[in-house]
Amino acid sequence: MTKHSIADDFGAVDRVGIEERVAKFTTRSIKRKSKLWGLHTAVSMVDLTTLEGKDTPGKVASLCQKARQPSDDATIPPVAAVCIYPSLIKEARKHLADSPIKIASVATAFPSGQSSLKVRLQEVKYAVNAGADEIDMVINRGLFLSGEYDAVQDEIAAVVEACGDATLKVILEVSELESYDNVRAASFIAMQVLRAGDFIKTSTGKAGGSATLANTQVMLEAIRDFYLDTGTPIGMKPAGGIRTAKQALHYLVAVKETLGDAWLNSSRYRFGASSLLNDLLRQIHKEKHGAYQAPYYFSEAAESY
Amino acid sequence: MAITLDPSENESASKDSKKKHGRRQGMPELIFGDLWEYDPAPETADPRIRQRYDLFIGGRFIAPQSGEYFTSINPATEQPVTEIALANSADVDSAYMAAQLAYETVWRDMPGRERGKYIYRIARLLQDRAREFAVAESIDGGKPIRESRDFDVPMAAAHFFYHAGWADKLAYVAPGRTVEPIGVVGQVIPWNFPLLMLAWKIAPALAAGNCVVIKPAETTSATAMKFAELLQEAELPDGVVNIVTGAGETGAALTGHPAARKIAFTGSTEVGKLIMRQLAERGTRMTMELGGKAANVVFEDSPIDQAVEGVVNGIFFNQGHVCCAGSRLLIQESIADSFVHKLQQRMASLRVGDPLDKNTDIGAINSREQLDKICNLVESGVAEGAKLYQPACSLPSRGFFFRPTLFTEVTQSHRIAREEIFGPVLSILTFRTMDEAIEKANNTMYGLSAGVWTDKGSRILRMAAELKAGVVWANTFNKFDPSSPFGGYKESGFGREGGRQGLLDYLELS
Repeated sequence: MTKHSIADDFGAVDRVGIEERVAKFTTRSIKRKSKLWGLHTAVSMVDLTTLEGKDTPGKVASLCQKARQPSDDATIPPVAAVCIYPSLIKEARKHLADSPIKIASVATAFPSGQSSLKVRLQEVKYAVNAGADEIDMVINRGLFLSGEYDAVQDEIAAVVEACGDATLKVILEVSELESYDNVRAASFIAMQVLRAGDFIKTSTGKAGGSATLANTQVMLEAIRDFYLDTGTPIGMKPAGGIRTAKQALHYLVAVKETLGDAWLNSSRYRFGASSLLNDLLRQIHKEKHGAYQAPYYFSEAAESY
Repeated sequence: MAITLDPSENESASKDSKKKHGRRQGMPELIFGDLWEYDPAPETADPRIRQRYDLFIGGRFIAPQSGEYFTSINPATEQPVTEIALANSADVDSAYMAAQLAYETVWRDMPGRERGKYIYRIARLLQDRAREFAVAESIDGGKPIRESRDFDVPMAAAHFFYHAGWADKLAYVAPGRTVEPIGVVGQVIPWNFPLLMLAWKIAPALAAGNCVVIKPAETTSATAMKFAELLQEAELPDGVVNIVTGAGETGAALTGHPAARKIAFTGSTEVGKLIMRQLAERGTRMTMELGGKAANVVFEDSPIDQAVEGVVNGIFFNQGHVCCAGSRLLIQESIADSFVHKLQQRMASLRVGDPLDKNTDIGAINSREQLDKICNLVESGVAEGAKLYQPACSLPSRGFFFRPTLFTEVTQSHRIAREEIFGPVLSILTFRTMDEAIEKANNTMYGLSAGVWTDKGSRILRMAAELKAGVVWANTFNKFDPSSPFGGYKESGFGREGGRQGLLDYLELS
């Protein structure tokens, strides 16, 4: 591939313009019934996550319990998935065997991706064999930044193949891609080899920056353009940094006004988060009963990123 | 109103036209439905609008000599908001006398740093009461609260802050020259940004040491009269600012008054020409900020989604009641179809309705008269063969509303490509080369503003040099700042407002 501006292939993004656009989403005023709907929907979209070296089977068990029943309020739906390291999949499987909750596992030398392709593919296969329903992979940022876009894409295609029936989420690690032009380009490079129902995802949560409304918007717009061109719907997962219910509602406003109703569900949109869940529960309780509860009324099962 | 074409009907009507903009047969579409409807979120702050407003002359509220008042209505409900005094020429005369007296006895000779204190105080009071003013502005004029809250009122305050800073630095505004105030200035402002235009006019005049007689537009006088209350609160010396209300006759008395040393007018080109004729035989100075028919030029390498957003902002901001609105879109032919499709899709999520709802993007048309004018021009567009598109949004059953509208297949000679519509109506033309874009963009009697969208810096620079417009925005649109001069070429007027240039228009240089 000749070296030229990647924006020539996939289109440019103006930084000032996109940040102005997303600032408008935050001025939407979501009240009463629409707020409650948004909060419930956000709960159902959470990939409840723990990705730490100190994770134990016990922590995963507690995470799974929280995922199944986030609070005592029976009207609150379970979350979409738990997201864990491959070595803990079997443990999670034990606790989620009879539930609709998906088991998502990071793989491909998460979070850096700095291993041989062979090892990364083996890790994906290991996770799938262990019972993962979804694989969260990282792209090779080193290759991307050195302009080897075809190679980046070939690697993603290889992971798709290794996934078999498992859903794939491709983490672009946007904070390492340096520009919105690159985020848009990387979105397309991934989507071109993904299957309907696979996802693109902002961040590992392990690097400096994480999801913002602006980088998520760049990816939403890429998803929209790709869908309108090909008919293949790709899902979106912002991850890291979304901690409050208010933020989550802003993210959903962006989805509603960019991709429309068909993306307002957990098969096409996820939040990679953990502390977000309890804030959602707290706000739901406040909407229903008119008063805030202290944080300690909500069970704590995942206080990672 | 008259134009309520069902968009689906319009599509089917065009099935046999072989080149179709937008919807492509059998291709996936997005669904912008009601799965997640936003509940009403009305702004509830009390606007504190009085039932009746007198004239503000010599620092006091004074009943009009005729004893007549007229009703100002809320264009979103057609309900009365307040009664406004109708000033006749005798009232205008006493306003000028009060201004002249204040000029000669107080304001002219007051040190700049003292004048500056008053202007700062006005700015701060406006900030303190921002919400109240925003609600009043939306009720009286129909603009969405999101805009009056986030744009009009903060920008009005910013103009007072900016010019307050100039008041004691006039010696440096024109190095090597001596500057003096002009005297009493007559000002007439339009209904599209009532409070903001008032700020654009009053702030530089006061900073320069002039006294003011100003007339707000007859449909939107409420915030000007609230501003008069604020001036009392600021203890501005009596007569420095006088506000007279009324329609065209009051305006003619104001602009024709012999005590006016300068007339500053913002409004239609038609009325601007009348004023210029009226003043032709006198030495009265003038600045005119008149109509526009701005071209927004989108090149194929532009950041497309941001360009779509800029075009939407350019034409639908304030219901298109913007003299510098980007009402002509020039798209490079290679991206025309996909760009129009994206534009239509973006329009599907625009929310038209109650101006006081915080989620409203497009509010009410300012008056029935204006709505009729928009309908009339849109009908001419349809009659002349341009293709109309409107999203299927619902409109409130009462009040003056108009769907966001675009026209494709527009040519340079269509009325909708030449005349200022002053409504949410976009005319779309295409071009192939930069030279063609420049020629088309400049082929208008107006020259207020223009927009350029491209990723290429050299192209921006050339376009900025070639476009005959007072403001050229690059990769953005409708951006304002008190320090940035604003004004037109050709029939869009002359003189500048804002910045050093705007201030000079309120000063005598020697």
